[in-house]
Amino acid sequence: MLTHYLSWGLLVLGGFLCVSGAIGLLRFPDFFTRMHAASVTDTLAAGMIMCGLMLQAPSWIVFAKLVMILVFILLTAPTSGHALAKAALHSGMKPLLPDSKHAQGGL
Amino acid sequence: MNISGLFNYWVVMVLMMIGFYIVIAQPNLIKKLVGLTLFQTSVFIMYISAGKVTGGTAPILSDSFSLYSNPLPHVLILTAIVVGIATTAVGLSLVVRIKESYGTVEENEIHNRDKS
Amino acid sequence: MEATIHMIILSMLLAVAIAIVRIKDLFAVVMLAGIYGLLSATFFVLMDAMDVAFTEAAVGAGISTLLMLTALSMTGRYASTGSSYKPLLALGLVVFTGAMLIFGTTDLPSIGDPQSPVNTHVGYDYLATTPEDIDIPNVVAAVLASYRGFDTFGEVVVIFTAGIGVLALLMRTPLNTSAVASMRDHVVLRVVAKMLIPLILLFGLYVQFHGEYGPGGGFQAGVIFASAFFLYAMLFGLGAARKVINMTLVRLLSALGVLIYGSVGLVSMLNGHNFLDYNALAANPIDGQHYGIILVELGVGITVASVMIIIFFTFSSRSQNEGDSD
Repeated sequence: MLTHYLSWGLLVLGGFLCVSGAIGLLRFPDFFTRMHAASVTDTLAAGMIMCGLMLQAPSWIVFAKLVMILVFILLTAPTSGHALAKAALHSGMKPLLPDSKHAQGGL
Repeated sequence: MNISGLFNYWVVMVLMMIGFYIVIAQPNLIKKLVGLTLFQTSVFIMYISAGKVTGGTAPILSDSFSLYSNPLPHVLILTAIVVGIATTAVGLSLVVRIKESYGTVEENEIHNRDKS
Repeated sequence: MEATIHMIILSMLLAVAIAIVRIKDLFAVVMLAGIYGLLSATFFVLMDAMDVAFTEAAVGAGISTLLMLTALSMTGRYASTGSSYKPLLALGLVVFTGAMLIFGTTDLPSIGDPQSPVNTHVGYDYLATTPEDIDIPNVVAAVLASYRGFDTFGEVVVIFTAGIGVLALLMRTPLNTSAVASMRDHVVLRVVAKMLIPLILLFGLYVQFHGEYGPGGGFQAGVIFASAFFLYAMLFGLGAARKVINMTLVRLLSALGVLIYGSVGLVSMLNGHNFLDYNALAANPIDGQHYGIILVELGVGITVASVMIIIFFTFSSRSQNEGDSD
């Protein structure tokens, strides 16, 4: 019973992180902050949902597959965020710092 | 005529028409190809919705299920997806060659260059 | 509840489609087309079409986006602001056709009806006869490779022809580019890619050979296998990727897949049965079906993987020869 409630808690938390990541993607002022929101959605929210599903897995083979998917997500989602930020920095986009006069819009 | 029973088909028709509009009305060749992809994918959605059975599961035989969705549309659409990507690849290579010959991928400018 | 989820995903598809019409930045349009493909794959999962969802996610959201971006790097990022010849006429035609089509759907049986004509004839007979004739759990693979093997043969030939078409249009002798750029440029990406590429290849082989027991099969496996090579080529440069695989070998392999498929059919004919009748391949007909399906899916997987590699490398080397940085 405890695993049931725990898995539902993790799934709801993952869902909330997805929604907050989406709101952040729309509302943050700068490309790099928006990309951070997207990366959090990709890594943390998907990870929470995977953990929630792992507690509900009906057999060991399904559990093992979910563990492998979780490892894959934890390996590739931060890398893709890194690749995005690197590409943006390489193409000349500067982060919005507190002392800069204008915001970097676009994208 | 029940609304929720046919809702999929109506949305598919609207998506198909949006793809059709992009193909005939947008002058950029790459955007036309994207519109064609939109059109194809909405047709796939229509076929797969036609094969769904309420309460059924994926057509992989197993002892714990008795009602399965229809496997035949799945097979046809598998073929269609791969043929679609093959056509898109050849179409994109044609666009690249057009760009090299004419210098542009806008349909109006290509027609003007052909006339003059 | 199910209908609500369907409506939400279909509305998201509508929103993406309308955004694609309006936006002039082709980079955003191609990315939105990738999102459209991924949303369709999600919808296919909701409709119990696992194989189709797998293929659409790999092909529509992966390969299609990649090819369009490569073509976009050669043609130009922004569509010009001029509009078409007669947009109102196009809009009128589209609205009229849409109204006719929607009027035509009012006679269709509602979705999910088990008694509709789609679901009662041949499709259901396949579900009943697969355990007796072929005895593999994945009915879609059984129908694709055995009952409708002719269509799949035609499809493999179409993929091969597309590879030939792209080669005929875009092939150029490749520049002998210098070897791998210095490692310190992309350390994180290269390390993670080196960890992932063997796993991707292994997963491609798993999908290929496990396609009779779960969702999978030749097409998905070919695309996944090719994507490992794309990852390597994107991160380490085209010159390094050409050292890994020899393009002549890949071209040979693409023809070899079609040859394997055709030879299975010819062996059946030489044994006195019809073309692509797998019962002739072994003493026990069910074993013959198993051999036939494995060989045929192998042919499909080999051709799809090699043609995808050919298409990507041809596009990239054309882009490189034009002087754009890779």
